[in-house]
Amino acid sequence: MKYLVPLNHDNFEEVPPRDGFGQGLVELGQKNPDVVALCGDLVESTRVLAFAEAFPERYFEMGVAEQNMAGVAAGLALAGKIPFISSYAVFSPGRNWDQIRVSICYSQANVKIVGAHAGISVGPDGATHQALEDVAITRVLPNLIVVVPTDSVEAKKATIAIAGYKGPAYIRFGREKTPVITKADTPFELGKALTLTNGSDVTIIANGQMVYRAMMAAEELAGKVSVRVINMHTVKPIDARAIIDAAKETGAIVTAEEHQITGGLGGAVAEVLADHQPTPMERVAILDTFGESGPPEVLMDHYHLGVADIVHAIERVIRRKNAG
Amino acid sequence: MTTKQLELKGNQIRQDIIKMLLAAGSGHSAGPLGMADIFTALYFEILNVDPKKPTWPDRDRLVLSAGHICPVLYAALAHRGYFPVEELMTLRQFGTRLHGHPHNLELPGIENSSGPLGQGLSQAVGMALAARLDQKRWRTYAVLSDGEHDEGQTWEAVMFAGKNQLHNLTAVIDRNNIQIDGFTETIMPLEPIADKYRSFNWHVLEIDGHNFEDIIAAFRHAKAVFEKPTVIIAHTIPGKGVDFMENDWHWHGKPPKPDEATKALKELRTLRGKITSEHE
Repeated sequence: MKYLVPLNHDNFEEVPPRDGFGQGLVELGQKNPDVVALCGDLVESTRVLAFAEAFPERYFEMGVAEQNMAGVAAGLALAGKIPFISSYAVFSPGRNWDQIRVSICYSQANVKIVGAHAGISVGPDGATHQALEDVAITRVLPNLIVVVPTDSVEAKKATIAIAGYKGPAYIRFGREKTPVITKADTPFELGKALTLTNGSDVTIIANGQMVYRAMMAAEELAGKVSVRVINMHTVKPIDARAIIDAAKETGAIVTAEEHQITGGLGGAVAEVLADHQPTPMERVAILDTFGESGPPEVLMDHYHLGVADIVHAIERVIRRKNAG
Repeated sequence: MTTKQLELKGNQIRQDIIKMLLAAGSGHSAGPLGMADIFTALYFEILNVDPKKPTWPDRDRLVLSAGHICPVLYAALAHRGYFPVEELMTLRQFGTRLHGHPHNLELPGIENSSGPLGQGLSQAVGMALAARLDQKRWRTYAVLSDGEHDEGQTWEAVMFAGKNQLHNLTAVIDRNNIQIDGFTETIMPLEPIADKYRSFNWHVLEIDGHNFEDIIAAFRHAKAVFEKPTVIIAHTIPGKGVDFMENDWHWHGKPPKPDEATKALKELRTLRGKITSEHE
């Protein structure tokens, strides 16, 4: 299915994706009494607060103890609950990875892991708080699905979707306001990529806030290069069909993500291409380095996640395609 | 069951532990033997469970945190009727349901997955919270080793359970004083462990982990405690029942060789020569 969004993004509203998560969680709480929420002393900034106030008996303050939070959630899930555990992504799934591996994934405990403040755009807090490895460390875990919504509207849909999925799930989003590029009626299905603009020369596969930047890059090249933009909100299970089709039909792939260059979306796409359809590919991502403090926009540009970086990657990959 | 019957059941479970470890050729000896009496008491006297309905929603939950002592859990489950006793001999072998560390999804009666130390108490806390949310009367029991109190997560869970006054949770600590590299008080001192639990708002009981009257009284006592979770510090003898294994930390993580198993089984069958077994 092709869903085309026109490139008229001039007046996009800007909202933090975590707001969508918070709204989705409250909606789930109203519909399903088995949904419970746990948070590691970050109830406001992870947007669990509205749920905690609406359903105090189903909210558990865990203190700054992410390992225990993951284990307690596993126990709740094994006894029939649907727990959402929330913290910053560097702490969960960062600090509690072993608990997620054994207590949650190996046990197939129906726990939803919510990693907030992911990416370099966390900004002033600096490298310790900028999760750039979380997709890699979750993607390798059996039984765990990994979702990176692009905006607040999609974050809400993804929150509701992972609650309906029976099994462990990880959802990550950044701290900052980002343009809302999807609408309430934009399709969202776990594991199903969303083609935002069609194109025949090259495909950008992006997720998180990099989807918007991919659309900007496509617009910048409009008239010169025909660019397909795919929102790959689900990194695992990845939509291999959409990747293979894009590779066959456009012959060149660029990935864009707010994550380390190894192990994330680019890695997942490269695996599909290597297995099924070897194709020239360029990856826009953090280049195997830690971040630093600074304003989000400055960091995004400095660490090569700007629109210009995507445009350059497209130019490189098209040269390789034509040389091939 | 009478105390005599429980002692006999515990002895059968110890013999099966030796046979399982011999057949597997790897695994832990000291912990399972040391906890045989407590698991016997739990599965034959304390836990409200039904082996014919292992997923009955109102059953009591037993969470084994120290996954490496699973031979005693497997043997207790088999003797309680969850699966055939013969299956015990498949321990750790390819295709088995009796993995080296327990997995909740395969073998009936296994409530959780464990192995990496320090994770079980958190899981048990989650189950106890769920029971409280649903206003159910089933109880959660967590079996911990003393060594896994080195893990910070154990104390995160201790703090949380105390804060939340989880009186439907009972933890049992296998206080056998050994871990892989030596004695617990050498590796990382835990004492005063009872005071530590008390200071985190737990009710603390200390028992002889080989005295069935003590064990059963402590579990019943724990059910009567309100406003606090209870921890039972069970003083046990690692390798209990086999003379050359008792109190020797070298037996923490290794199985008996064939001649050692023969000696151990004879000792268990004859209660150290006190009675004559038909095998001899």
